[in-house]
Amino acid sequence: MEETILKIFAQSVTRYFATVANGEAVLGTPYLAGSDESVAFDFSAVIGITGSHRGNIYYTAPREKLRSLLPLIGETEPDDRLCAELVGEITNTISGNAREQLGGAFMISTPFIIEGGPLHVRAARDTTCYILPVTWNQHRSRVLVSLHQTPVNS
Amino acid sequence: MKLLIVDDSLIMRRAIERSAGRSRFSEIHTATNGLLAVEMFARHRPDVVTMDITMPDMDGLSAIDLILKQNPAANILVVSALADKGTAIEAVKRGALGFLLKPVTAESVHNAIENILSD
Repeated sequence: MEETILKIFAQSVTRYFATVANGEAVLGTPYLAGSDESVAFDFSAVIGITGSHRGNIYYTAPREKLRSLLPLIGETEPDDRLCAELVGEITNTISGNAREQLGGAFMISTPFIIEGGPLHVRAARDTTCYILPVTWNQHRSRVLVSLHQTPVNS
Repeated sequence: MKLLIVDDSLIMRRAIERSAGRSRFSEIHTATNGLLAVEMFARHRPDVVTMDITMPDMDGLSAIDLILKQNPAANILVVSALADKGTAIEAVKRGALGFLLKPVTAESVHNAIENILSD
């Protein structure tokens, strides 16, 4: 199940950067998040998942990456407020796009934005958190996927 | 012509505003959730509404219902990241004239709005 979910989010991330940044995002090999590992960059956003799955999707990126992206969507004066908004919109887009394969029962919340670290990853019970490294234009960022499938009769 | 942009994301509101073009619209209004969208629609009677779906307080699908009650001929374009076919079908069933999947480009927003206005 994890492999399928991670592939779906990898496709969503690839689509985002291909459309918005007109460039290729290079995805690294996903790995398990350690409990004591600092995973946050300057700006992070989390979206809660309910319905067919339960858990959270995070996207975290450094200020420099977001400031490089903002002009590509027409923002000529990038600032921290827009960086925070952009990290929320990226998280929303990659989570919503995942419904193409996961279906309408994959319910997403509005994004909650976090500035700075540490990022406390809330993994649901019996759920592992995978980190998907993303490199675009030499800037690193991360998608964190912590999901489990909801039993059919719950 | 008047445009109402409904999205809880500031980034998206600004992007759609730039893409729609000031030359086309003499008035551009914005709302951050479905509830405010219904109020703004009643107040400004826009020619076109762009509508996100996942928003706090009231989602876009519910707002479409209430706006079309006010004006069954309202021109509504859904702009959403929800990529399942069911959501797009549901939006059109409720009366939206188009569905644009995020991520968007300036060109895709511009073209989608022009398509709605030319119908």
